[in-house]
Amino acid sequence: MKDLSQDGYTTEDGRKIGGVVMEMRNITLRFGGVVAIKDISFDIREGEIRAIIGPNGAGKSSMLNVISGFYHPQEGEVWYRGERRKPMKPYQVARQGIARTFQNIALFDGMSVLDNIMTGRINQMSASFFDQAFWWGKAQREEVENREKAEEIIDFLEIQHIRKTPVGRLPYGLKKRVELARALVAEPSILLLDEPMAGMNVEEKEDMSRFILDVNDEFGTTTVLIEHDMGVVMDLSDRVVVMDYGQKIGDGTPDEVRNNPQVIDAYLGVSHD
Amino acid sequence: MAKASVGAGTPASIPALLARNVAQFGSKPAYREKEFGIWQTWTWAEAAEEINAIALGLLALGVERGDHVAVIGRNRPALYWSMVAAQKAGAVPVPLYQDAVAEEMAYVLEHCGARFVITGDQEQVDKVIEVQEKVHQIEHIIYQDARGLRKYDHAKLHALADVQAEGRAAHERLEGELAAREAELHTDSTCVMLYTSGTTGKPKGVVLSNQNIIETSKASSEFDHLDPHDEVLAYLPMAWVGDFIFSIGQAYWTGFCVNCPESADTMMTDLREIGPTYYFAPPRVFENLLTSVMIRMEDAGAFKRRMFHYFLDHAKTVGPKLLDGESVGGMDRLKYALGNLMVIGPLKNTLGMSRIRVGYTAGEAIGPEIFDFYRALGINLKQLYGQTEASVFITQQPDNEVRPDTVGVPSPGVEIRIDDSGEVYYRSPGVFVEYYKNAESTASTKDAEGWVATGDAGFIEPDTGHLRIIDRAKDVGKMADGRLFAPKYVENKLKFFPNILEAVVFGSGRETCTAFINIDLTAVGNWAERNNIAYASYQELAGHPQVLDTIQSHVEEVNRSVAQDEMLSGCQIHRFLVLHKELDADDGELTRTRKVRRRIIEEKFQDLIDALYSGKPEQYTETEVTYEDGRKGKISATLEIRDAATVSAQAPEKVAAE
Repeated sequence: MKDLSQDGYTTEDGRKIGGVVMEMRNITLRFGGVVAIKDISFDIREGEIRAIIGPNGAGKSSMLNVISGFYHPQEGEVWYRGERRKPMKPYQVARQGIARTFQNIALFDGMSVLDNIMTGRINQMSASFFDQAFWWGKAQREEVENREKAEEIIDFLEIQHIRKTPVGRLPYGLKKRVELARALVAEPSILLLDEPMAGMNVEEKEDMSRFILDVNDEFGTTTVLIEHDMGVVMDLSDRVVVMDYGQKIGDGTPDEVRNNPQVIDAYLGVSHD
Repeated sequence: MAKASVGAGTPASIPALLARNVAQFGSKPAYREKEFGIWQTWTWAEAAEEINAIALGLLALGVERGDHVAVIGRNRPALYWSMVAAQKAGAVPVPLYQDAVAEEMAYVLEHCGARFVITGDQEQVDKVIEVQEKVHQIEHIIYQDARGLRKYDHAKLHALADVQAEGRAAHERLEGELAAREAELHTDSTCVMLYTSGTTGKPKGVVLSNQNIIETSKASSEFDHLDPHDEVLAYLPMAWVGDFIFSIGQAYWTGFCVNCPESADTMMTDLREIGPTYYFAPPRVFENLLTSVMIRMEDAGAFKRRMFHYFLDHAKTVGPKLLDGESVGGMDRLKYALGNLMVIGPLKNTLGMSRIRVGYTAGEAIGPEIFDFYRALGINLKQLYGQTEASVFITQQPDNEVRPDTVGVPSPGVEIRIDDSGEVYYRSPGVFVEYYKNAESTASTKDAEGWVATGDAGFIEPDTGHLRIIDRAKDVGKMADGRLFAPKYVENKLKFFPNILEAVVFGSGRETCTAFINIDLTAVGNWAERNNIAYASYQELAGHPQVLDTIQSHVEEVNRSVAQDEMLSGCQIHRFLVLHKELDADDGELTRTRKVRRRIIEEKFQDLIDALYSGKPEQYTETEVTYEDGRKGKISATLEIRDAATVSAQAPEKVAAE
């Protein structure tokens, strides 16, 4: 059994999982009278792939928004790197080092893949307006640095052939990959993926899974993902949180979750014989 | 031309040529690769340093004289360096096809007994590890791209950069040994071992000596006046003899620059950016390019389309003449210049062919229309005929004597002879040493005087001296009534239609000929889109009645054309079907160089062949397919079989002379 102490544990394939990066304590989130998340607690560890699954409307995307800091829960506490999180302004949210992709792709259609990816570096730019306007001094240095980083990610995700293609012209699977690239180029400490495989065919799913694993392997990025495809979730993740109607009904390794009768009932809908 | 030999003073090996190049053009670019969006350049001096480090690293790992070092991966400078480094260390490089599945690789690795394997990335490493479970002799696996390999057991696995670093660190200790081994290389020592693609049976390891490679590279470079300022794009499989000759042999002989694309998908963009001056591509590449140009022109506006066709038609009549230096009227020249400015120049630029001085195609017959198209654009596209066993060159077309139906005159230093059965034999300085561990095949292919059988039937045109190839000698057969059967002749005619990707004709020993057809998904798919015909898969499109009508009209057109040739009029196709799957090298139906493996197809689709000859209107069939990751699956379909109209020969049927 895994040692879930603060020191972390080692996975079967030899990856080191560190201590707790983020902890959710009794989170409740309401929209007016609707309770989206009801009293949920779980933690995320350094370097792990953590999945959140559940049927439609279970509150998964809301949970992701709580993790990113976009929503502030009415009750409960979010502890991020040893600090309790307070309500934040949007720019503060963006600067925490948490990057994400969206369920329905949010890229700039008219811009090239490269330009889209470069927008992910916006937080790493600090040159003055004047320098930027004349592409002078610091602005120039920064751009070279950012481009280098962007090219590294392009190479990593194997999208060299569409570097200069406007995003609007790309097929869905590639757009998803570009979105991942934009998130990665920000060098996030936590990467949030909202249904990275939705609407993909088997081959695209396999590619995407490989990239998620490679990202985790290569950069050690802590990854939280929401996904409907059970097969993908079970193969990819180290630990899984299962949600249903805003409540947590399971938490543990893929095997533990798979054999949890409550989960089987709620999510897989298999009858007990 | 007199049979030249590598005399005193000429470098005797590839590493010796490298040393000469460093001395002569040390600061000139030798390799370029696009990486991280930028073309990275290595000069001859820098490349030599990298090669030296790899060679020292290999010595440190324990490479022995005569070891075989397998090299697997896409075209990247580091892998080319690895091959030369292996030579320096006294070993023999054996490049393998990177898209081969593990089983195919296992045979070659076991046969050559490689202890060292140098790979490009994780994909190749995985395959080698899989092979290694059965073939235990592999001691070290070296990889270039570390991605995804972090968690692997590194007891036998090394990053190429680490190997180089170790080599550099051990420089003092090993430099002497390396210099000694390099000095031992002479003209007769083995330069490289290349495996044939294996149209029939298991692949054979062709041993080529330094003399073979250097002589051939020298002769062919001089034939086409290649110089150090030429640029090539290295994108064809490294395991193929052509790539070895172009990207290593000729590159080292003349000192030109080898450019490696960023990835397989960016080939076209990279081609445009580099603008090679010397270009080689199999007919398939030229066909695909032409198809895509034509499809895009169909989608263009009416004005552009008319302008395109107007100037292209003119260029087709004038362009080839201009290339061959024939006289062309002033008005025609003016019109061609105008077309060049408005249509042809921009088109060539888009194709990345603006700077091509010499272009070659080989491997298969090329359609006359395709050939003429590129010649019309003013691209000096020529044909050559060759084999691995000849270090590529047997015949090639000189400038000004280019025709689609011949393969040219014997290359410098090559002698050609046609034997009584019509089979082509050759003898040249490039003739291979032997098949590795296969004295029997060596003896049956190469006779005591050095004549090698090509396995192709052909004849030399009496008035021009050009060689014409009819077909594979063993595929040329007789039909039941004794008429000549040359399947490839008919297949090529079929394949010249953009809608037909591949065709296999049967009829040896039978009353009539029949055919399997593969449609070209790009061309037919575009047509379907234009006509609002919905389809979900290749299979569905291939079975569409309108597609069958189109293919039928193509087959009938071919029949009319075949009927005109008295000798081959028996090869008209009476019945055909469109296959439900694309013929694929992964299923063993094609070789890795995409040549049809007739026997295997005959066995695999026996039920369909029976149906073709039994007169049934349709046939249900199940076929096993292999996916890219090696898993197997089954597809089933009911195929419609159609009769095609044939033309009866006018004259009373004569028994064809051979």
